[in-house]
Amino acid sequence: MSHTTRDLLYLVTIVTFILALRFLSRPDKARWGNQIGAVGMLLAIAVTFAQSEVVSYWEIAVGMVIGGGFGAVAARRVKMTAMPQMVALFNGVGGGAAALISWAEFHNRVPAHGNLKLDISIAIMLSALIGSISFAGSMVAFAKLQELIKGRPITYPGQQVVNGLVVTAALAAGIAIAAGGEEQWLMWALLGCAAVFGVLFVLPIGGADMPVVISLLNAFTGLAAAATGFELENNVLIVSGMLVGASGTLLTLMMSRAMNRSIANVLFGAFGQVSAGAAAAATSDGGTVRAASAEDVAVMLAYAHKVVFVPGYGLAVAQAQHDVRQLADLLEEKGVEVSYAIHPVAGRMPGHMNVLLAEANVPYPQLKEMDEANPEFGRTDVALVVGANDVVNPDARSNEGSPIYGMPILNVDQAQTVVVLKRSMNPGFAGIENPLFYNPKTVMLFGDAKESISKLIEDVKSL
Amino acid sequence: MSHGQLLVFEVTILVLAIFLGFEVISKVPTLLHTPLMSGTNAIHGIVIVGAMLVMGAGHKDTLTWVIGFVAVILASANVVGGFVVTDRMLEMFKRRRPERAPTDEDGKPPPQ
Repeated sequence: MSHTTRDLLYLVTIVTFILALRFLSRPDKARWGNQIGAVGMLLAIAVTFAQSEVVSYWEIAVGMVIGGGFGAVAARRVKMTAMPQMVALFNGVGGGAAALISWAEFHNRVPAHGNLKLDISIAIMLSALIGSISFAGSMVAFAKLQELIKGRPITYPGQQVVNGLVVTAALAAGIAIAAGGEEQWLMWALLGCAAVFGVLFVLPIGGADMPVVISLLNAFTGLAAAATGFELENNVLIVSGMLVGASGTLLTLMMSRAMNRSIANVLFGAFGQVSAGAAAAATSDGGTVRAASAEDVAVMLAYAHKVVFVPGYGLAVAQAQHDVRQLADLLEEKGVEVSYAIHPVAGRMPGHMNVLLAEANVPYPQLKEMDEANPEFGRTDVALVVGANDVVNPDARSNEGSPIYGMPILNVDQAQTVVVLKRSMNPGFAGIENPLFYNPKTVMLFGDAKESISKLIEDVKSL
Repeated sequence: MSHGQLLVFEVTILVLAIFLGFEVISKVPTLLHTPLMSGTNAIHGIVIVGAMLVMGAGHKDTLTWVIGFVAVILASANVVGGFVVTDRMLEMFKRRRPERAPTDEDGKPPPQ
């Protein structure tokens, strides 16, 4: 295949990616957009196979079967609740691939002295640096969401200094390479320090902020891919990588805006530090928590006029969406008006709750977005909070010391009664105390969300 | 094309891609933030092309071979996993549609 044909076919791939991004931002065509992107990707792979430079077909095919097989099985088997960490994992391996490409290019080009032109060496440095950060950072994000390590911010004294030293070391190695350094250990130092920085960078960020971090690392991987395009003089890599770099950056900003926080506030540990003070303040109020039995709550629900379900991550963990739907149907039969209030960042990714409730076939008109739901809490008899915490924390409205101060929340405390389904009194994923639980209007129903809801269903039936 | 001209050309398309990337997703509803993130995640799986080029070229030593092979594995996982996860997320959104206007086979609303 001639280079002209190759580049024209790569252009077709680029067009499919642009259309994919366009359609993915429209609800009615999103799925189609993803599929057209996949077709473009297949085309690019086929075109690359047909290159005369590419001779090791079998080895590549074996690698693809291993990697693709793992990707397909992992993506098919994963539960809907574990989607965010899968995105982190797949983003990480992409970043790792970009870093490895730059290592191979460096290793291959160096033996011929002076073979490394300035622009190539800069590209190698950037893709190694960014790719390695993205790989290691994504793996930490994955581990946090998978709860392999603590989701809470991990901090220690002198953290900023250590981070500063590591990033300086990575940059120094990178600059040495960009300036024409040809020793292999420079590359190892660059990859190693960048990976350590990736880990240190994500560790202090709270689990609730992970979607924003994953989105940022996603943009990073795009940039690293674009940089490998300069190393390999390949347009499809440059354009596709940069498209992801740019749109990913914008998306990161949009996501942090949806939480009403600045991106700097999300990234630079302010979360962990402030929350210690706020937590102390909340507990010193000395409020008491009222626990209720399922029977009590069942009576409240069955004799209410209007019940609003407020789902959160606990619903996802317990896979209680079908039970919630069943309880809602039962209440409707008894003439109770039922709706669901969906906070835009409830769960661990925007749209998480919509996905789960759609799986349980909850009627669309019952799902209320935050702006629509909030005015209705005033005339709601029971707000049933199923495993949500930070998105209903009144501190976001009133406590300026709280790390989530200013985040728009669902005003469940305006309802007559608030019932909170929760596993225990442990603070939520972000590690912030919630005064809602100490509110005299609130009763707690402790236990796994699915079990609690099943009990409620039985008790409502027996009434 | 000389190396200098090629570089200028590459930088040109890079800059245009930045503007296009910002423009193309300018209005996206919150609901689609995660699927869009996942979709862009799949698209940067294009590094598979780079991994194939590194691995595919002949005359290489063992280290390059190993690095290239691992890169192909990682990039393939990114591509396949990325698109499949995105599709599964969007499948969930799709299923809700018929409920908005329920109809039976004849296209009439079912009796209540």
